[in-house]
Amino acid sequence: MNRHLISAADLSRDDALLVLDTADELARISDRPIKKLPTLRGRTVVNLFFEDSTRTRISFEAAAKRLSADVINFSAKGSSVAKGESLKDTALTLEAMGADAVVIRHNASGAPHRLAEWVRGSVINAGDGAHEHPTQALLDAFTIRRRFGRSGGSGTGPHGAGPGRGGALDGLRVTIVGDILHSRVARSNVLLLHTLGAEVLLIAPPTLLPVAVDAWPCSVGYDLDAALPKSDVVMMLRLQQERMNAAFFPSVREYSRRYGLDSARMAQLPERAIVMHPGPMNRGVEIAAGVADSPRSTVVEQVANGVSVRMAVLYLLLGGAEADQ
Amino acid sequence: MGHAQSADEPGAAGDGTARPVPGDSKTVLEQAEIGRALTRITHEIIERTRGAQQVVLLGIPTRGVPLAGRLAAGLQRVEGHHIPHGSLDITMYRDDLRLRPARTLGRTQVPPDGIDGKIVVLVDDVLYSGRTVRAALDALNDLGRPRAVQLAVLVDRGHRELPIRPDYVGKNLPTSQHEFVRVLLTEVDGQDAVLLGVAGGGAGRAQ
Repeated sequence: MNRHLISAADLSRDDALLVLDTADELARISDRPIKKLPTLRGRTVVNLFFEDSTRTRISFEAAAKRLSADVINFSAKGSSVAKGESLKDTALTLEAMGADAVVIRHNASGAPHRLAEWVRGSVINAGDGAHEHPTQALLDAFTIRRRFGRSGGSGTGPHGAGPGRGGALDGLRVTIVGDILHSRVARSNVLLLHTLGAEVLLIAPPTLLPVAVDAWPCSVGYDLDAALPKSDVVMMLRLQQERMNAAFFPSVREYSRRYGLDSARMAQLPERAIVMHPGPMNRGVEIAAGVADSPRSTVVEQVANGVSVRMAVLYLLLGGAEADQ
Repeated sequence: MGHAQSADEPGAAGDGTARPVPGDSKTVLEQAEIGRALTRITHEIIERTRGAQQVVLLGIPTRGVPLAGRLAAGLQRVEGHHIPHGSLDITMYRDDLRLRPARTLGRTQVPPDGIDGKIVVLVDDVLYSGRTVRAALDALNDLGRPRAVQLAVLVDRGHRELPIRPDYVGKNLPTSQHEFVRVLLTEVDGQDAVLLGVAGGGAGRAQ
């Protein structure tokens, strides 16, 4: 594995499966009375958040703490950034404090990539602008794998494979619906799910698709109703109105009618299909409340899985010897 | 770093794949002898724990796990009641994690009744530096509070670096630190044998 996790494209199929298998084992920790491992004792993880976030920041914090790392939370509000400090100076400050890993969320695409040139520790991208959010893609893949029973079973495999070596997502059809244009989750998911062998279909109004979407390893459609009966997984994305500076569709209500997932549409899904949402949800817009709370919805599961997956990433990046040795 | 050559490290074959058998090694225990050693350990466990009533066997991956399974089956044959057994992965508790790239994790599977108040017998293939056992004791600490912890190993090759001693030993094998001991088990390697050879010269560690 690379020293940094900046893009889902950095992960080979083996890397991605290693993260998922490791997360499978680490998920068992959360069932124990003592949810803590001593593995990253003495290591420092800095959560550097320039953009608002609840679940990702808390998830990374919980993951680092369960591995006994020291966690420093840094949010742009109330810090020197508000006084005009540049990203580079902030990075150098962190460097001086001896951060072994920096988890960064930034509103500018490419900020983690720049940061990786300035710090010695590992950089983990926790969302940069409309670019990528690789740990979200990993936790989504993890959730899909669990729901479709492709995680490692118990016992030793027949070919000498160790316990808990799970499979990939070959042949599963994943439909991602909504605001692809502003979504870093969509890009990371397309890249990772493709690496893992899933067939990805994007459904969105033409105005909410990125210009170069035809270069992505997925297919594109505009008709949600036609796609649903052929989907094993439907992932609904939020309309990121805070990033919209133009009129992309006539009205939210019209968008919801054409691209929202309500109970009637959910009924068109195959029997074992699941509904995912990276959160935060806008109930009644892209997803109806009844769908979000149905047993098919994995929204809550995704949050729980996020901690296990982030523990796996932190362990694999920080747990061993320095990568440059 | 003598212990890094240890065959008692699960990291030596952490992915559970079969180890290649090096050419210039000799077999010190055959299948039948391994069977007899395990049978004797079974009876010693029964004797020492008064019928193995409260015993839980936890194997340390990779090769401790099938050994724990065999011991549990042996105990059940003799005593007639079910002996819970499972596995205890110690990767996250190792003291040499930072010396090598991050390792693949094994599985920890504790029997449903847990280990609180039980007599836990840790099972491993080779006892060498004792560092694996120290890590296992730390790992147990996070799982519960057993009444007692005992240690069963198939081979004790000496060269302890920590104050740890086994309660049940299949075979004491005096070795030099330049040698390696390799346990092969049918469940993982397709055959039962304990090999002794000289490290280096084409017969280095399996991975």
